Amino acid sequence: MNQSAVEPIDMGTWNRGRVGMLCLIFGESMFFSIFVVAYLFYIGKSGHGPQPSEVLSFPYLATACLLSSSITAGLAVRFIARSHRWLAVLVLAITIGLGASFIAFTAVEWYGLIVDHGLTIRTNLFGTTFYSLVGFHAAHVIVGLCMLSLIFCLLVAGAVRSEHAERVEMVTWYWHFVDAVWIVVFSVVYIIGT
Amino acid sequence: MASSEGLSVSTVPKDVDRTWLDHMHEWVSTVDHKRLGVLYIFSGLFFFILGGLEATAMRAQLAIPANDLVEPAEFNRLFTMHGTTMVFLVGMPIVTGFGNYLIPLMIGARDMAFPRLNAWGFWMFFFGGIVLYMSYFASMGLYGAGTAPDVGWFAYSPLTGRAFSRGNATDYWILGILISGFGSMSGAINMLTTTLTMRCPGMTMRRIPLFVWMMLVVSFLMLLALPVLTAAQVMLLFDRFLGAHFFDTQAGGDAVLWQHFFWFFGHPEVYILIVPGFAYASEIIPVFSRKVIFGYVTMVAASICIGLVAVGVWAHHMFTVGMGRGLDIWFAIITMVVGIPTGIKLFNWIATMYGGKIRFRVPMLFAIAFIGQFLLAGLTGIMLSGAPFTWQLSDSYFVVAHFHYVLIGGLLFTVFGACYFWFPKMFGWMMSERLGLWHFVLFFIGFHLTFTTMHIQGLLGMPRRIYTYEPDRGWAIWNAITSAGVVLQGLGVAFFLLAIFMAFRQKKPAGPDPWDAWTLEWSTSSPPPEYNFLSLPEVRSRRPLWDLKHPEDPDWEHE
Ligand code: HEM
Ligand SMILES: [Cu+2]
Repeated sequence: MNQSAVEPIDMGTWNRGRVGMLCLIFGESMFFSIFVVAYLFYIGKSGHGPQPSEVLSFPYLATACLLSSSITAGLAVRFIARSHRWLAVLVLAITIGLGASFIAFTAVEWYGLIVDHGLTIRTNLFGTTFYSLVGFHAAHVIVGLCMLSLIFCLLVAGAVRSEHAERVEMVTWYWHFVDAVWIVVFSVVYIIGT
Repeated sequence: MASSEGLSVSTVPKDVDRTWLDHMHEWVSTVDHKRLGVLYIFSGLFFFILGGLEATAMRAQLAIPANDLVEPAEFNRLFTMHGTTMVFLVGMPIVTGFGNYLIPLMIGARDMAFPRLNAWGFWMFFFGGIVLYMSYFASMGLYGAGTAPDVGWFAYSPLTGRAFSRGNATDYWILGILISGFGSMSGAINMLTTTLTMRCPGMTMRRIPLFVWMMLVVSFLMLLALPVLTAAQVMLLFDRFLGAHFFDTQAGGDAVLWQHFFWFFGHPEVYILIVPGFAYASEIIPVFSRKVIFGYVTMVAASICIGLVAVGVWAHHMFTVGMGRGLDIWFAIITMVVGIPTGIKLFNWIATMYGGKIRFRVPMLFAIAFIGQFLLAGLTGIMLSGAPFTWQLSDSYFVVAHFHYVLIGGLLFTVFGACYFWFPKMFGWMMSERLGLWHFVLFFIGFHLTFTTMHIQGLLGMPRRIYTYEPDRGWAIWNAITSAGVVLQGLGVAFFLLAIFMAFRQKKPAGPDPWDAWTLEWSTSSPPPEYNFLSLPEVRSRRPLWDLKHPEDPDWEHE
């Protein structure tokens, strides 16, 4: 009787952290898709009040900030993995700064929309769909910023070492995802929508 | 009795001076997948009793024409709470509970991938349910305009707008379901990740039990569908609290958009509820037929097919809103396509039984009844997928009959079967065959009295969700039979509860493997120790226990 060999299950780099994070990202994408669909569906259906083409201007700087923050976040993981602690602190600080400026740009944009143009979530369908889609994205950026700041503090305190690089990487996956959502959002809101 | 191995990782010393408070504390703070599974199942059963009482009240009202037992507004609340409870607080937790309990045991893992997330998910579900039921006490709120929500389980717009749903009852519906939805999503993430990454040596994807495969499909559907509902509910909250206009027709919003969002969630949701039924049947039928499941690979393929096609059929719930010819035809055809993989499964179960040495024990009885009933349910489903047919019968009792055939005849019957089948594993005691038989017979007859006749009422034109009807419509006799069936079903459930109670009292030991079964959960003690397996099993075939019991003719020589 020849016993067939029992091979241990080898998922390669696909450990539970990665698979779990991917699942979360999949669920989140479904959530955003619905807001995107609603936005697309209601383009041009606001009878009164400000229209997108009148009040929106393309957020070049905000986009540049957010997209480049993905690169620095990736670098941070590398530096942590290679135990370059202070380099990691530096790029992480830049990441957080870029993310925070994105939020600041959004704040300025919203201030203008609300105060100068009188556009709120109740004004018309454009306001309704715009604030909820962009707002949910911004909320995700803020959650990401909280997680990155936590890592930053732990890193400064010396509690994050090279063996934690993978966990930090999972947070950056989330950050990259938020970035990718932004690409969809600005295509829909600022390009197609205007 | 927990572990014969003598190695206990529990922090609380066993059986020494433990008060009931210690026990409570252990259950409340647990992150063990088995305990969470049991908590899920028992809270599901608790809500099942609530939902069942609501149904009984409705059937009492409808038993005779022109009855005034339940007032119209209360009737609306009853069917809303009944539907919502049964789908979100009974179906979902029981399904997640069995998944939680069994997946790690079946794939030879010591726990789920994220035990804490698992506990979080359970409590989110549980408190979501509590929030929904708080509406009975708290939502009188500002306007005194009603207690429980009364907008139906699919909460169509614009009825849910501020103008038509005053007070806070609808908000309790939104928030309760939204919160419990977070629980289901985290459960889905956990089940997916566990199955993909925590399998024991040799447990390849071609060897995991069909149960695990089907729960994989279910978890995928949960992760796909629930965020959609969450998003739509958030929009509704924005409409109601912030004055947004997503579904506000007066400001150009579109009420039909809600229907699309809801059913894009809703149809996958009905598959989230039935595929676990397939999963239980696929484990029970082979064991009690003493045969290998027929067509493992086709079963897996059919499940995946069902999972994928289920995403594209949602608008068959919307044939009557006037979507236009093209969409009607598309959704009719794609809905009929679902029948193909579903039919394949039915044939496979029957082929598994064919030529087997069938043991008619209680779990098997429920599984056999499931096959016939689910076939009928699928056939009325195919009938309803013809758009012109639905134009006639949408919103009638025919539809109610269809989906109760699926949800009770399909899901609930297999859930009962699964309870009798896995109870010995979970608690170490056998359930009484005799009480189980009473349960089965009463419930079976009651179910058919109630729901088979509902088809006829529907064909005779009785609309759903009416609180009463005139005597001259010719519906009275059928409604009387329908309501009479409820009594038998209630008795059946009483026998079920009695069987559980007696099992704990009589303490008839089950041993690790009472059914002479073949999957890994039966290789460890009953109930399993906290760490499930002392040493991780090594698997060479789809039936690792068969290989152990029959070293002269192991499965891996044939697979
Ligand atoms: C062969 C597969 C199936 C087909 C072809 C099918 C078809 C349909 C159609 C066309 C309707 C819409 C009827 C109408 O509103 O006028 C419907 C309703 C429904 N089906 Fe199915 N169905 C199938 C399986 C299932 C399963 C497996 C479940 C649940 C486990 C299910 C649960 C429901 C529910 C809950 C409704 C009514 C929803 C409501 O209006 O409240 N169906 N089905
Ligand atoms: Cu459907």
